[in-house]
Amino acid sequence: MKTPLLQLQQVTMRFGGLIAVRSLSLEVDAGELVGLIGPNGAGKTTVFNVITGIYRPTEGDIRFQGRSLVGLKPHQITRLGIARTFQNIRLFRGLTVLENVRIGAFVRHRTRLWQAALRFKAVEKEDAELEARARHWLEVLELSAVADVRASALPYGLQRRVEIARALATHPQLILLDEPAAGMNPNESEELMHLIRRLRDEFGVTILLIEHDMRVVMGVCERVLVLDYGELIAEGPPEAIRNDPRVIEAYLGEPV
Amino acid sequence: MELSTIAQQLVNGIQSGAIYALIAVGYTMVYGILRMINFAHGEVYMVGALVAWLGTSRDWYGVVSHSSTGGLVLLIATAMLVCMTLGVLIERLAYRPLRHAPRLIVLITAIGMSFLLQNLALILFGADPKTVPLTWRTVQLGGISVSLGQLVLLIASLSFMAGLQLLVKRTQFGRAMRAVSEDFQAAALMGVPYDRVIVGTFAIGAALAGAGGAMTAIFVGAPVTPTFGFMPGVKAFVSAVLGGIGNIPGAVLGGLLLGVIEALVGGHPTLSPFRDAIAFCLLIAVLLFRPAGLLGRAVQEKV
Repeated sequence: MKTPLLQLQQVTMRFGGLIAVRSLSLEVDAGELVGLIGPNGAGKTTVFNVITGIYRPTEGDIRFQGRSLVGLKPHQITRLGIARTFQNIRLFRGLTVLENVRIGAFVRHRTRLWQAALRFKAVEKEDAELEARARHWLEVLELSAVADVRASALPYGLQRRVEIARALATHPQLILLDEPAAGMNPNESEELMHLIRRLRDEFGVTILLIEHDMRVVMGVCERVLVLDYGELIAEGPPEAIRNDPRVIEAYLGEPV
Repeated sequence: MELSTIAQQLVNGIQSGAIYALIAVGYTMVYGILRMINFAHGEVYMVGALVAWLGTSRDWYGVVSHSSTGGLVLLIATAMLVCMTLGVLIERLAYRPLRHAPRLIVLITAIGMSFLLQNLALILFGADPKTVPLTWRTVQLGGISVSLGQLVLLIASLSFMAGLQLLVKRTQFGRAMRAVSEDFQAAALMGVPYDRVIVGTFAIGAALAGAGGAMTAIFVGAPVTPTFGFMPGVKAFVSAVLGGIGNIPGAVLGGLLLGVIEALVGGHPTLSPFRDAIAFCLLIAVLLFRPAGLLGRAVQEKV
C-alpha cells in the first residue's frame, strides 16, 4: 500500500480545558484536492496550525511522506514541502509583492544567512535565481504588473493571490489554503476555483483547503472532510456530503 | 552665541550624533524584531571601547599605531568581531531561553545583563579611566576646528549606516529581517528560520555598537570606564524612540538630531548646564505630537 502524503493519526489538541481537535485521523494522498469544512469554531484552522507546527499536538502523530512532523519547527515543516495561506491575510505589508514572494523562495536558498549578509559572488548568482523563480510565480498568478507595489497597497483579492504566490514559491508538495475565497465576489471566486484546479493539474501540488463558500467547496474539491466540535463527522465526495444528515445537522439545518 | 560657535557646535554635534546613531540602530533593529529593549546594548559599546584601549595600551608587535591606517582598521574590525560574538552570546544565553516569557521578564533580564557586563569590566579592568594614547591633528575649515579623528569617525559612521541600509533593503537576509519583524510566525511558515535571523540581528547591532565604542575611544580619546556605555546607551535609546522605534533611518535621524541639539545647547554659556534637561524635554515634546516618533508609523493593534 502506498503511504499517503499527509496522515493525521488520532490527533488531539487541547488548550487547557478546551478540546479544539479530538482524536482526529485523516489522510490526504498525493495529487488530491480535498476540502475541510465545518461550522465556525469546529477546529479547522487549529488543524492547519497543528500540521504546520504552530501548535504541538497534545496527543497523536502527524506524518508527511511517512515522516513524523511532531516537534519540528514551522520553518522546518515548510522546508519539507508544506506551505499555507492564512484566513486573515498575513502578507508582509511593508514589503513589495516581489519581496514577499522572494521570502517564500527563501526555503530553496542553499547559501547560509551569514554569507547572504556579505553578498559573495555565489550569493549574487543565487539571488538572481531566486528572483527569477519569484518572478515566474508572479507571472503564473498574473501579478507581474504589481511586482514592485507594496503589499499593503493592493486590493483584497490581489492580496489573496500574492499569499498563494508566496506559498507556492516555497516549492510545496502540499498547500494548505485557509479560506481562500473569503471576502471574494462571485467573479473572483470563480477565478480562484480555476486557479486552484490549475495548481493541482499543472504544477502537481496537492491541496487541502478550508472554505465556507460551499460553491467553491462543491465546485472544486474531489473529497470533503467535515469537522464539528473538533471531530471528523463525515467524509466523502461532495455530492454525498451535501446530503449527509449529520452534516446538515451540524450546520443547524442549513442546506449545504 | 556667535555664528562661528554655532557652526563649531554643529560639527561637534553631528559627530556625537553619529555615535548615538550607530548605537541607536542596534536598539531599533532588536526592538523591531523582538519588541524588546536590549538594555545591555550600551555595555556592548563599552566593550568595543575597551577592545580599542587594549589594542593600543601595549605594543602588539607594532601593528597598531596611529600612523598605521591598517593597524587601526584591524583594531576596529577586532572590536566589531568581539562585540558581535558578545551580542550573539547575550542573545543565546539570556534572551533566547525567554523567547516565550512575558516581556517584563525579558526587560529585567536585559537590565541584569547590563549590570553583569559593567561589573565584569570592573573586575577585569578596574575602575580607573583608560585613554587610548593617540592624538589627532586638528585642521581649520573656515574658522571651525575639526580633528582628523572626528572627520574619520564621521565618514566611517556614515558608511556603516549606508552599508546597513543596503543590507536591509537589498539582501535576502535584510528581507528576512523585515519579514520577521512584521510577522515572525508568518515568516517561519514561509520557511524563514527566525531564530537565526534574530541572532543575526543581534550580531549586526552589536558590531555597529562595537565600532562606535572603538571609534569613540580611538578618535575622540574619551576615557573608558566600566560605565562608559551607560549615558550613550540611554541617549541612543532616546534617539531610537525620537526617530520612531523599529525604524532604522529614524534611529539615524534621531541620533543626529539629539547630538546636534545637545551640542548647540551645550555651547550656549547660560543654557549649557541644562543640556540633558533640554534634550529630554524635546523628546517629550516630540512624543506628545508624534507618539510613534518622527519617522515611525502609527501601528494599529490587531483586534
